Amino acid sequence: MSFWNFLEIYWPRLLSGTIVTIEVFLLASGLAIAIAIAAGLMRLSTNPAVRWTSLIYIEALRGTSLIVQLYWIYFVLPLFGLTLDKFNAGFIAVGMNLGAYGAELVRGAIQAVPKGQWEAAYALSMSPAKRMWRIIFPQAFVIMLPPWGNLLIELLKYSALVSLIGVTDLMFQTKQINSSTFLSVQAFGAALIIYYVLARLLLTPGLRWVETKMQRQLQRN
Amino acid sequence: MNFEWRWDFTWQILPRLLEATLTTMAAAAIGYSVALLGGLIFALGQRTPSRVITFIVREIVEFIRSTPLVLQIFFIYFVGPQFGIRMSPWHAGMLALGVHYSAYLSEVYRGGLDAVPKGQWEAALALNLSTTSTYTRIILPQALPPALAGMGNYLVGILKDTPLLSVIGVAELMHTANSIGAANYRYLEPYTIVGLIFLLISLPLAGLTRLFEMWVRRKLGMK
Repeated sequence: MSFWNFLEIYWPRLLSGTIVTIEVFLLASGLAIAIAIAAGLMRLSTNPAVRWTSLIYIEALRGTSLIVQLYWIYFVLPLFGLTLDKFNAGFIAVGMNLGAYGAELVRGAIQAVPKGQWEAAYALSMSPAKRMWRIIFPQAFVIMLPPWGNLLIELLKYSALVSLIGVTDLMFQTKQINSSTFLSVQAFGAALIIYYVLARLLLTPGLRWVETKMQRQLQRN
Repeated sequence: MNFEWRWDFTWQILPRLLEATLTTMAAAAIGYSVALLGGLIFALGQRTPSRVITFIVREIVEFIRSTPLVLQIFFIYFVGPQFGIRMSPWHAGMLALGVHYSAYLSEVYRGGLDAVPKGQWEAALALNLSTTSTYTRIILPQALPPALAGMGNYLVGILKDTPLLSVIGVAELMHTANSIGAANYRYLEPYTIVGLIFLLISLPLAGLTRLFEMWVRRKLGMK
């Protein structure tokens, strides 16, 4: 069967899988960004207990594998009385894992803001919260955007793992098509192309757009 | 609810999990070796005088880097037989891991090579050194140390991606934990132990790669 014939027959399933993949991606990204900011700021806290909590979270999630965490959340957490359905378990695991990687980006970017900026804010007697929110974080944000672009592509790729617990994303649909038709080249080839298009033709230019926009915004203020 | 930790069960399954740990480590080591070599090919492929070859290799690297590893594992395992290439899950898995990380390592190599100042190339040319000695005596010793940190990160990365091989049935740690869990209807102990084993390998491994980097820098007379 030619590739076009294949697409003609199976495009509805590929499309529905792609939509689920995008949903998982968006929810997991939101969670990862929230966790990264929280854990990244906690890493810089003056309170050792707060600092250590965040350090343990980051090292534990970066030191074990995402797939282990995914199975743990889906199969073991119910034993403790916390049952999540597949979809929620999937995006939460991906978001928590990539959030730990993101936390290090947030920490690095905040530390990369020149010291003079901290001192100037202090000299103007800004409160610590205001200093972070108005002075430090906007500058750190621009510094960390390029590495976040790479991290979000990683997140999109790792989101394919949610298919292993049965979330009907693109990877899952592809596997199903493959096992019922044995058209491996077409099925997996189509999925590879779709993931590539999502990452390189949508995500990368989109992030570049945010980058230039933020830079301009910062210069204007 | 059944959340108490059972030690007798733990001791019963631990030997099997430790044995699978060896498979996991072997998979990471072999996959990494393939990637070290493949990365070199991808990196040098982007340094040829031919613009067309550079462009093609660049796009291949970008394609591999922007698609999921788990999909690549399935692709290699299932597509091979359609063209008459039969591979065991183990071989297909090693190939997929190796190729995927080749793309990442080629970027690390490229960064290291680009970091060598242009004057070094010119000086080697002025001294009439051959291409081989330019690389082995002048460029690589300077390109290696900045690349080592990235190489170390991907060694830990490849270790943590080996559980993906379980999807095509390689009997590594995750696959073993899955079958223990399914056979006994107990997931708490196997999955928790697997997580701990990964933590116990990856944390020291990250530390060791950092020590190795420092050692190489000292050997080469850098700080």
